[in-house]
Amino acid sequence: MVAYGDSALGLLGDPSRRAIFELLARRPCSVQELADELPISRPAVSQHLKVLRDGGLVVSRAAGTRRIYHLNPEGITALRAWMDGVWSDALTTFQKIAQDPGSTMPSDDAQENP
Amino acid sequence: MTSAAPIPPITGSVALAVSVERAFEVFAGLVNSWWPHQYHIGKADVAEVVLEPRVGGRWYERGVDGSECDWGRVLVWEPPSRLVFTWQINGSWQFDPDPDRASEIEARFTATGPEESLVEVEHRYFERLDGGQSIHGAINGGGGWVQLLDGFAKTVAEQR
Repeated sequence: MVAYGDSALGLLGDPSRRAIFELLARRPCSVQELADELPISRPAVSQHLKVLRDGGLVVSRAAGTRRIYHLNPEGITALRAWMDGVWSDALTTFQKIAQDPGSTMPSDDAQENP
Repeated sequence: MTSAAPIPPITGSVALAVSVERAFEVFAGLVNSWWPHQYHIGKADVAEVVLEPRVGGRWYERGVDGSECDWGRVLVWEPPSRLVFTWQINGSWQFDPDPDRASEIEARFTATGPEESLVEVEHRYFERLDGGQSIHGAINGGGGWVQLLDGFAKTVAEQR
């Protein structure tokens, strides 16, 4: 059983939303730029952006006729929310691997360090 | 540096049907196999996640292009019961080499039976990361951070 203390899962558990979030972590983008990078429609991108904005992870500003989206400048908020999703996924996978008798230790064959 | 108001830690726990020794070995030694590779800081896709098994060891990602991006350092290495390492990616999504501005992750491993264990993880001290200070005033004013978290919880609840 995995018990998890916090839930950014609703916000960043969705793969498209996480992809948008990670693109914005690299650089600010317009809706069109996000849609160009992702296999989802522009309206779908807008919908995900609304959820991320309502959740406080993403903010937007006007640039001419477009809106540019970027991560909330109170960066730790966004970073913490991102880490929340990371740990949830990581611990779930950790549990699977730890209980899989086939998982080998680094001393066997997984050692890739030079 | 003035100390910022605390930001709530992220906590999680996992109950396992394996010995505490195995739990530690997999957590510390096989991090590459359980850390989800889609989460990374470097520009390149992740080829490998490495946690060097000693105090002072590096914890980093290596990209498919060979580039390396540091995440933190190992502070405590006490098999099979405890591991503490830092997360030094700041609010600008950059590695910050200053250990005074590091968040940290503690993993505690407890035997609950001969072949049963509990792993508890706490990722704390987000307020030490550069970028965390800007919310200090907001917290004291009962504004931004509290409201953000409330909004955040509400959004999550509405989606259930």
